[in-house]
Amino acid sequence: MEKVYSRTTGIREDMVNGFCPGCMHSTIIKLIGEVLDEMDIMDKAVGVLGIGCCGLHMEYMTYDNTTAPHGRACAVATGIKRANPDSLVYTYQGDGDFASIGLGESVSAANRGENITVIFVNNGIYGMTGGQMAPTTLFGMKASTAPKGRIAEEHGYPMHMCEILNQLTAPAYLERTSCNTPANVMKTKKAIRKAFENQLNGKGFSMVEIISNCPTNWGVEPLDSLTFIEEKMLPEYPLGVIRDK
Amino acid sequence: MARVFMKGCEAIAEAAVRAGCRFFAGYPITPQNEIPEYFARRMPEVGGIFVQGESEVASINMVYGAGSTGTRSMTSSSSCGISLKSEGISYCASARIPMVFANISRGGPGVGSIHPAQQDYLQATKASGNGGFEMLVFAPSTVQEAIDMTYNAFEYAQRDRNPVLILCDGVIGTMMEPVKLPEMKTDEEVAAFKEGNKEWACIGHGKDVKRSWIEPGHWRGQEDANIEAAAMYETWDKDVQVEEYLVEDAQIVIAAYGISARVAKSAIDILRKEGIKVGLIRPITVHPFPYHSFEKLDYSRVKAILDVEMSIPAQLIYDVKLGVNNRCPIETCLRSGGQIMSRDAVLDAVRKLNEK
Ligand SMILES: Cc1ncc(C[n+]2csc(CCOP(=O)(O)OP(=O)(O)O)c2C)c(N)n1
Ligand code: SF4
Ligand SMILES: [Mg+2]
Repeated sequence: MEKVYSRTTGIREDMVNGFCPGCMHSTIIKLIGEVLDEMDIMDKAVGVLGIGCCGLHMEYMTYDNTTAPHGRACAVATGIKRANPDSLVYTYQGDGDFASIGLGESVSAANRGENITVIFVNNGIYGMTGGQMAPTTLFGMKASTAPKGRIAEEHGYPMHMCEILNQLTAPAYLERTSCNTPANVMKTKKAIRKAFENQLNGKGFSMVEIISNCPTNWGVEPLDSLTFIEEKMLPEYPLGVIRDK
Repeated sequence: MARVFMKGCEAIAEAAVRAGCRFFAGYPITPQNEIPEYFARRMPEVGGIFVQGESEVASINMVYGAGSTGTRSMTSSSSCGISLKSEGISYCASARIPMVFANISRGGPGVGSIHPAQQDYLQATKASGNGGFEMLVFAPSTVQEAIDMTYNAFEYAQRDRNPVLILCDGVIGTMMEPVKLPEMKTDEEVAAFKEGNKEWACIGHGKDVKRSWIEPGHWRGQEDANIEAAAMYETWDKDVQVEEYLVEDAQIVIAAYGISARVAKSAIDILRKEGIKVGLIRPITVHPFPYHSFEKLDYSRVKAILDVEMSIPAQLIYDVKLGVNNRCPIETCLRSGGQIMSRDAVLDAVRKLNEK
């Protein structure tokens, strides 16, 4: 019999992950593990985890990883990659981590064309701390610190990180994907692979922004969160390749 | 080896390179700009990495990353810039990352002044970040000492897998002195340092090699990690360094470190000629502190301690008080905000004390 699917070796079998049921973080870390397996680079990989729900899988990974202070993953990854260029270094960061507290580190690493990969998980909210407003929260979307929903006059506009980084000359690759449908999951996997290949080829900064969910803090059932992504998130954050050079 | 004439900051950077430091990240701030500038020129010559970080926050985190690979790494800043680094320093302590950093300290609080000061004593010795971690903290009072301390700091950092701080006032950082530079570690030695750290380094080991787990304080192991770290701090008594100058018969004992101690020492030579029995206790490690030097004084002879430092209010005085334990009065001779301690101020303070 032909084996068509097997569990990634990047995730421990004897542990349960820390994510809420239906959370796409689970899907994304599985995809990363599969790509590392398929490219046969698990023994080069270093994950730099941001602070947020992304950190919930640190114990669950079988390969080297470290945790950066909140927002500083791109700086930590810069240090690791420059000091040890043979490693495949990627950051795994939420929207609060990458686009709010870490904005300076994120933009600066992109602008240096740092030869690292960013996996940016945009769920439009601060998941870990209980549903506060993020820079990516949609208009009208309620958050515990924006009880009436986000309004432009008070909170400013949702931040489009791919488009912001696309203003810079250095980045090699910027793509926005989602995991809301099987087809989009496959596209996300392809994008992650491409971003890792870019790093191995020395192309410089690559980022995959993944439109994700947070059923717990959005206050919806996991299935309904897929509809929310389709109807609300994707019109604000259109999918596709923004930069590929 | 021949003596060379070097500025404190540049000497610190060269000492680090010679100790095998191959990664430096920093952000400009006076009076330590010569450190990043020196590394920018020097690192390419030795196959090392220099990065100008976009901030102090980014720079310390780059060092946290580079240190995580087992590469000898360093950053530096001054006072308010050190405050910005404190979260990253705490992460390094938590993850047990060896790294060395220097504070070429200036006036404060806030942006303060660019001139030399000793106003970061409590921050440096008691809490350079959250969580109650500790570090070896060395305070040079000559450029030569700054060199030797920096060179050795990498060994201590490696030994303990812990950050080490060079607490250097802006005077020592910016003055030029003739110095002897230590041996340059060979490329083979530098490679061996990194190789020796492979066991715990975050470099990509793969599934068949021992999984490297550098875990900055994950809750399950946090208490165990803290107990382990505390036990390591307990072993530092042997690392205490202190200079006792003309203390044996002294009736007045000056307590001072760094440039203040050097100024005080020159005052002592004058005062001794006037017949005043004055000596100096100079903590070389300000953490751990040489309490014993104050504890063992014969207080039937010692009339008073004079705490001399460039900080208002005084900070070193808290450690001095612990050692003296109310056995004699402690007076102060202080400057602050970028004003340098003068010999005349020390002379006056000691003469007044002597008349009492
Ligand atoms: C310096 C600092 N500030 C604040 C926090 C608290 N904190 C932890 S996670 C988080 C937000 C995470 O949100 P996001 O990056 O969007 O990740 P998510 O949980 O949504 O995946 C915050 C504010 C912290 N750990 N450190
Ligand atoms: S809180 Fe939200 S982002 Fe975090 S694990 Fe739960 S569903 Fe996922
Ligand atoms: Mg989020």
